[in-house]
Amino acid sequence: MTVAEKQRHSVREPDPDVSLPVIGASQTFETVTEQISSVILSRKTPWPWWATFGFALFLVGGFTVAVTWVFAKGVGIWGIEVPVAWGFAITNFVWWIGIGHAGTLISAFLLLLNQSWRSSINRFAEAMTIFAVMCAGMFPLLHLGRPWVFYWLLPYPNTMTIQPQFRSPLVWDVFAVSTYFTVSLLFWYLGMIPDLGTLRDQAKNRFAYGFYGVLSWGWRGSHRHWHLHETASILLAGLATPLVLSVHTVVSFDFTIAILPGWHSTIFPPYFVAGAIFSGFAMVLALAIPIRAVYGLHNLLTERHLNNCAKLMLATGLIVAYTYVIEPFTAWYSGNQFEMYMVHNRAFGPYAWSFWTVIFCNVAVPQLLWFYKIRISPKPLFAISIAILYGMWLERYMIIITALHRDFVPSAWSNFIATAWDNITLYGSIGVFILLFMLFIRFLPMISMYEVRTLLPFSKPGGGSQK
Amino acid sequence: MTYPAPLYGLVAEFDDPSQLVDAARAARDMGYRNVDAYTPYPVKALDEILEGKSWLPLIVLIGGILGFLTAWSMEYYIAVIDYPTNIGGRPLNSWPSFIVIMFELTVLFASVFAFFGMLALCGLPLPHHPMFNLRRFARASSDHFFLCIEARDPHFEVDATTKLLNTFEPLQVWEVDND
Repeated sequence: MTVAEKQRHSVREPDPDVSLPVIGASQTFETVTEQISSVILSRKTPWPWWATFGFALFLVGGFTVAVTWVFAKGVGIWGIEVPVAWGFAITNFVWWIGIGHAGTLISAFLLLLNQSWRSSINRFAEAMTIFAVMCAGMFPLLHLGRPWVFYWLLPYPNTMTIQPQFRSPLVWDVFAVSTYFTVSLLFWYLGMIPDLGTLRDQAKNRFAYGFYGVLSWGWRGSHRHWHLHETASILLAGLATPLVLSVHTVVSFDFTIAILPGWHSTIFPPYFVAGAIFSGFAMVLALAIPIRAVYGLHNLLTERHLNNCAKLMLATGLIVAYTYVIEPFTAWYSGNQFEMYMVHNRAFGPYAWSFWTVIFCNVAVPQLLWFYKIRISPKPLFAISIAILYGMWLERYMIIITALHRDFVPSAWSNFIATAWDNITLYGSIGVFILLFMLFIRFLPMISMYEVRTLLPFSKPGGGSQK
Repeated sequence: MTYPAPLYGLVAEFDDPSQLVDAARAARDMGYRNVDAYTPYPVKALDEILEGKSWLPLIVLIGGILGFLTAWSMEYYIAVIDYPTNIGGRPLNSWPSFIVIMFELTVLFASVFAFFGMLALCGLPLPHHPMFNLRRFARASSDHFFLCIEARDPHFEVDATTKLLNTFEPLQVWEVDND
């Protein structure tokens, strides 16, 4: 019987949340170090890694071609035109940046709330955040039309004597996303320094020793280091917590400040933030479930983690579902014919398929998470996560397309049809994300070793001996 | 011209954090001040024993204030003085629209100050440190706990200090050289 099976058989108590362990039994400091560092330093790279890496490279190849073509030809190769000028690019941007929210939520919110179970998932959730924000950041730049002059978005003294317009949410977005990326990167790296020190000390050859030695910057785990490290982590968590809420709020301002029916709504900021966390946790599970199976990390990524992530997904999913109810209500209550038409057109117009698929993926499917058995079963959970990821992408597609394609004047109406380049760019960005993530789990510690050590019962003085 | 003393300090190696904490407490009580513990994870109980006060929160506060002022002055200068634009008749200094960027830059500056402030206060990056002369020290980042009483401490005496460390039954007491 494997560890996972043993655990599955041992969790039949009435109060599952307390009975599920955060960390598998019979772990010591040494086994934690060994288990996590051996993935990088000594174990043979498993074949699923190579398969996924190869698949990602294939997608990245497509992405490179698609981006080169955009550079050469301009955004006309996509399906966008007036009135739907925001097609896949902005959908992908909002989707990716939303996925990027769970990492910081896990590492910052849950750190401040003293949720120790976060320790074994925060590292790769943060990595996921960084790679997702990188994918997100590419799309507005590609969508600029002339991506090579993207720096015009920033305020700097220039010979054109023009400056950004600070009353525009699009300019706020530039600051919000770049700040979010920088802060997430610093937070991630800060947390990784002690573990990079461990890898340096465990290194089996000179190259690894030098590589991790440089990356760890001479970390030696002195008490003074730890004290400053903890202080810095808490401070960064405190700073990142409001930041993570602000980022998707600002993204939603891109929509709400326009007077378009379907966009011009005060519910958007909380709606977007909840949707972001919803899709972010779906991505965390979609990554964690295969990783724990391939690398045998069932004793670190336990059923407790699956259960908690699933619950967070259910809670944020219900907030999203609430918004789906409130939007038509507000439209009806406003008595505004354009608002009411937008809601009707969304549910029964040419893009009705997207609306009903969204309802199915984001409202109906997550209701399965009410069942404890489903919350701790990897395969159904994985399928639900993928459905939510797809649903959340489609939700942004629906918001953008259905609001834009039929606005106030029927003579201006038109439909949006995605081209092959739209799809290649979207799937290519997924390839970029997977590629970066594969490199991360191969070369960097994907689970925070020092935080997992603090979860062991004998890590505190008086907690017994580790032998 | 003075050369650094050959001995950096005496290091006791433990495999149990309780022993380390007891030894650190005893060393402090004996009057040693240049004491440092090296552990594979933060041991909270050491905070009261070894000095733990830091300037980091102040550095972060200064960073945050600087970020706020940078954003405010930049936005005011650009929107009012350098490139005034009439947007729907709104005042040039329409500060409520400026809040978002003020917030973002406050967080950005504070975070950058927190990260680099922490490294600076730790004295990192530091490519080499005498503790790395001890081969066994590689375990300080994995499963063993080291307590170092440094030779520069005025109370330091090789025999007496070794004896003190040995009372806590370490796996071994090591002499660590400066080079």
